[in-house]
Amino acid sequence: MAEGNTDTALRFDSVSKQFGAVRAVDDVTVAIAPGTFVALVGASGSGKSTLMKTVNRLVAPDSGRVLLQGEDVATLPPARLRRRIGYVFQSIGLFPHMSVAENIAIIPRLAGERIDAARIAELLELVELGDSYAGRMPSELSGGQRQRIGVARALAGDPDLLLLDEPFGALDPVTRDQLGERVRELHRDLGLTSVMVTHDMAEALLLADRVLVMDGGCIVADEEPRALVNGAGGDVAQGFVAVPRAQADRLAAMEA
Amino acid sequence: MTGFWATLAGLGDKLAAHVVLASSAIALGIAIALPLALWASRNATVSRLALGFASLVQTIPALALLALFFPILLSLRAVFGDGLPTLGFLPALLALALYALLPILRNAVTAREQMEPGVLEAADGVGMNAWQKLRLVEAPLAAPYVMAGIRTAAVWTIGAATLSTTIGQTSLGDPIFAGLQTQNWTLVLAGCVASAALAMVADALLGTIERGFAARRRWMVWTGFGLAALGIAAAAWALYGPPLRGGDGNRGRTVTIAAKQFSEQYILSRLIGDRLKQAGYRVAYRDGLGSAVIHEAVTSGAIDIAIDYTGTLWTNKLGRKDNPGRQAMYDTIVAWEAANSGARVLGRLGFENAYAFAMPRSRAGALGVTSIADLAPVSNRLVMGGDPEWFERPEWFAVREAYGLRFADTRTFSATFMYNALQSGEADVIGAYSSDGRIAADDLVTLDDPKGALPGYDALILLAPTVAQDERLRTALRPLLGAIDVEEMRRANLSVDRTDAKKVAPQEAARRLAARIGLD
Repeated sequence: MAEGNTDTALRFDSVSKQFGAVRAVDDVTVAIAPGTFVALVGASGSGKSTLMKTVNRLVAPDSGRVLLQGEDVATLPPARLRRRIGYVFQSIGLFPHMSVAENIAIIPRLAGERIDAARIAELLELVELGDSYAGRMPSELSGGQRQRIGVARALAGDPDLLLLDEPFGALDPVTRDQLGERVRELHRDLGLTSVMVTHDMAEALLLADRVLVMDGGCIVADEEPRALVNGAGGDVAQGFVAVPRAQADRLAAMEA
Repeated sequence: MTGFWATLAGLGDKLAAHVVLASSAIALGIAIALPLALWASRNATVSRLALGFASLVQTIPALALLALFFPILLSLRAVFGDGLPTLGFLPALLALALYALLPILRNAVTAREQMEPGVLEAADGVGMNAWQKLRLVEAPLAAPYVMAGIRTAAVWTIGAATLSTTIGQTSLGDPIFAGLQTQNWTLVLAGCVASAALAMVADALLGTIERGFAARRRWMVWTGFGLAALGIAAAAWALYGPPLRGGDGNRGRTVTIAAKQFSEQYILSRLIGDRLKQAGYRVAYRDGLGSAVIHEAVTSGAIDIAIDYTGTLWTNKLGRKDNPGRQAMYDTIVAWEAANSGARVLGRLGFENAYAFAMPRSRAGALGVTSIADLAPVSNRLVMGGDPEWFERPEWFAVREAYGLRFADTRTFSATFMYNALQSGEADVIGAYSSDGRIAADDLVTLDDPKGALPGYDALILLAPTVAQDERLRTALRPLLGAIDVEEMRRANLSVDRTDAKKVAPQEAARRLAARIGLD
């Protein structure tokens, strides 16, 4: 691994988690450097979501430790830990009875802080929405707009770490592409460390700095996108890379 | 119609009592249901048990549930002491609150089940603790469902609260039960209209709150709450606040007189009440009490005075099945009450209201029936009608066995409709009451009882321990003893039970009866 232990934003240390007879996460050790955009790629049931949820203690590992900026998350109160971490949900999870502004302001509010309209407008601006959205209800928004609010909500607490759980899975392809690019820009501009769970290798290759491929609860490949595209990472990883490559080849063939 | 509006306008105190009772029961129901729903949302076993219990309660008829609280509270006196009320507000409150439980509980549990898992995960994910999750997400999302449940509970409770009359709680059921007994349909209609209107108003106010929650309109929520609170406060003020007019002040303690659910009892309670008012007492009536609870009510002091009958006490309280004759029965009961119950028998009024087999004169003549013994050979072709108690009473079993009666069918009617059933041919013979004015009015004959299977039913005045030693009260009532013969009682009963223009209210019948027996 390129990163030294002293400079890790997030570190998994022999983390295991069992659900009944299924070993969802099997002795995973990996360190993530600050400012990295990591994609966790795998099939359904590969353990990628479970591994990510151990970070903010939505899942408690059976053994092993998760260190956030050197602190064992198990020693931190869950609610306060979660307010430190931005979380974007696959199901979006906006509170349907709260306005856009109230949804965005929820994390500061839980911490006992009030944020003003200017800050709301600023956060809306980050996800490319005008401040006219502040007073609307989630039910009045499109799926893409809702997930933009979901991202703005995750950023409202000024987190250093952003967790994205299949964040664009429910969106149409065009929206998905635009929002993916926007999140990548925010990652860079705000100096975040980001971990994104996805089953879409193309998305992972295009957005991430580093791709971890999971299979059967283990990390079977840990590569930069360029290396994966050029054949590194082993059979399972290459199986995932083959899908977008074949699609690209077929599209290229049509152009002729 | 002017009679109807005047009756309706006169229901103010019943309405106030009804509002206070129903709103207290709903409030108690909410106070139990919401924490229970919260617990149920976190524990599947609790959810199953709580919903199962609430559903079970719902299957018990409201009338029975109300009555069941009397023995329950009576047994609880062993724990809480004799000050625990067994009749009136407390049992009505508890029974109605139990009844209100199911719709609130079910809607609250359903609301929790309907919440999107993604939203609940997001609540955890953004860092809410359990209390914040409840307050900021679960409660607001459940509120419209819970309010819908409360609306249902409110409408049910306001309707069922009319039944609390039977356990001695003033409510809009008072005019309904009194009207049903005396065939005063104006009274019944007024009670029903008032209760229905109250239910509709409550539903509209709670509906406003519900829509306010759903549409996030604070002003609607507060308007609904405000108006409901105002109405309840006004009712409580009317009941418990200082009297608006001077009233009759503190001329003496209030004596509570019970009446069972038939005309004779309404008339006699007014007759007694008038005597006591003249003697300077303040008087309250508890009308429509169930026959089973009235004796307990007197011995426990929940009621001060009741009219009961020797035959009733003989079988129900003394548990006797033999028939030693009228005088021996009475003497035994006087001694028994003094020794066992703490209540005192002041004396007999003079008439009997016994069970008697009655038939239309023409039908009895055609069958050649003059006694119950004549009835036996033809009984397999006849239908016997009785009041709700009759076919469960020892007298019925005694008569049936003594004469070998085998009726083709037995049918139960309310006392009022029993006589109508005889006229319409839905019953051939009924277990009538010997002091009932309708026996003469409907041209019925009562059948002889040559074997003496039916016991005597002398009407007597029963005094609670609270007033048993009150010599002024005893003196005021003593002129009634032995003063009312069965003809006078029948005349008074008929004047209330008849449905033509000569019909009068029990109060007026009591006044006329007093005049006829030489009291003013």
